[in-house]
Amino acid sequence: MKRREFIQQTSASAALVATGGLGLTSFTSGEKTTKITILHTNDVHSHIDPFGPENGKNPNQGGVARRASLIDAIRKENPNTLLLDAGDIFQGTPYFNYYGGELEFKLMSKLKYDAATIGNHDFDNGIDGLFAQLPHAQFDFLSANYDFSNTVMDGLVKPYKVFEKGGVKIGVFGLGIELDGLVNKNMYKETKYLDPLEASQHMTRILKEDEKCDLIICLSHIGYYYKNNPDKISDLNLAAKTKDIDLIIGGHTHTFLPKPTIVKNSLGKNMLVNQVGCYGINLGKIDFHFYKGKPISSEGTSILV
Amino acid sequence: MKIPHLLIAIFTLALFNCKQEVWQIKQIKGKQIAITDSLKADPEIEAFIKPFREHVNKDLDSVLSYAVDTYSKSDGEFNTAIGNLFADVVYEQANPIFFKKTGKNIDMVLLNHGGIRSIISKGPVTSRTAYEIMPFENSIVVVGLKGSQINLLIDYLIKAKRAHPIAKLNLILDINDHLKEATISGKPIDVIKTYYVATNDYLYSGGDHMTFFKPEESIVFLDYKIRNAFIDYFKKTDTISPVIDNRFIKLKK
Repeated sequence: MKRREFIQQTSASAALVATGGLGLTSFTSGEKTTKITILHTNDVHSHIDPFGPENGKNPNQGGVARRASLIDAIRKENPNTLLLDAGDIFQGTPYFNYYGGELEFKLMSKLKYDAATIGNHDFDNGIDGLFAQLPHAQFDFLSANYDFSNTVMDGLVKPYKVFEKGGVKIGVFGLGIELDGLVNKNMYKETKYLDPLEASQHMTRILKEDEKCDLIICLSHIGYYYKNNPDKISDLNLAAKTKDIDLIIGGHTHTFLPKPTIVKNSLGKNMLVNQVGCYGINLGKIDFHFYKGKPISSEGTSILV
Repeated sequence: MKIPHLLIAIFTLALFNCKQEVWQIKQIKGKQIAITDSLKADPEIEAFIKPFREHVNKDLDSVLSYAVDTYSKSDGEFNTAIGNLFADVVYEQANPIFFKKTGKNIDMVLLNHGGIRSIISKGPVTSRTAYEIMPFENSIVVVGLKGSQINLLIDYLIKAKRAHPIAKLNLILDINDHLKEATISGKPIDVIKTYYVATNDYLYSGGDHMTFFKPEESIVFLDYKIRNAFIDYFKKTDTISPVIDNRFIKLKK
């Protein structure tokens, strides 16, 4: 499939190219440029096998074993790669009903997922069902707005994690959707849902100021956008109301996008929101090309989608 | 021991200059890669999945029962054979659990026509059949409703003119689609009596515009999935042969 590409580039970036190379090589040792690749999935919903050729909607698409070989090839090309999932790992095929998510977590561990956030369907066997499968997950669950302190999950989910790849510090935090009305209370029990916007503002402050992250990613299951409820918190709204987030990886709404969405944040700076549909049919790939130099206006960043 | 001032000055200068050097994003490239059959499956992952897949498939395809005919939700006007099977299975499987929990019996069952997701084909019936007809994870709930709300439920069914699966409730419409008779277990609806209606959690929360479940007198979550009720029913039943009957009919004259 040939995708239409376009460059969104402001006039300041021309200046960047001119000033960017000045006198930098004479300073510190080590790499001056690096590339960070972010790979992501969402709403895979226990789709381990590809859809069959007879499937009416997605014939011959998806499949974990195929995704594995693709990820492997990308990692070989760039070891500075993070693999993330935006939740709803569970529910959708008999694999979940038979094994309760064990196979999903084991495969994600084999594919070396770095982190995932928690979707509403991940509570489908109750919080106890999720807790029971955690030993099979060799990756972290991140959520900055679910308070699990009065549940079995207490201490098992981090609000954020900082990864270091190629010398670049990458801060990733998770966000979950409001469970009330979506999941039975007897499933999520005493899990408390906190405001995603406030949680994000808190997280970006920590990741930017305390952890000194160079790249901040929000792993979200709050949904891309709600056309019939435009004020409801969503990835697009969150992006516009916050600063310092470079990328929101979304889920929940099973949104297929022709290309990642460029959104202006609260400071008018461009950032990306992406989501790749559902059922493991697609893999999202966002490459961040970094260079080391004196801070200049962020408008020097060009985005190709 | 004192560090010479000059050294401090150099160190500070270096630190200051270093602070100026930060990672900055020069370019972001984003795309989506389709997972298609043009990608080679990773053999190690494939081998890992295989025993799980074989176990699931063997279990899903093991024959539990036998259907004497093919049953579709489009065969029938106000009640269908497959819909009657849905409602009757829910009653038969859920009533003992509800009775054990509460000491009461289910008075009637209501599901939705749209919830029948597939036909049952003539021949062997397997767990896969249960997944096909009920791919959703909905569980059975029993709602206590006053007779006055049962009348709202009946109004809904009359207006809907669809074969929503029901059990224990009998409805007769006259030729003009007006209600001629409504009974539960053979008796007219008593507006002050509480009836126990088995349905699923989706409909209880207002799915398919079934708003009459609120406010309820009581609610019991059986923690029993509809699909599992089918699987359990298929396991204990040799032959599946539901029929269109008189539970919801319209008089011809």
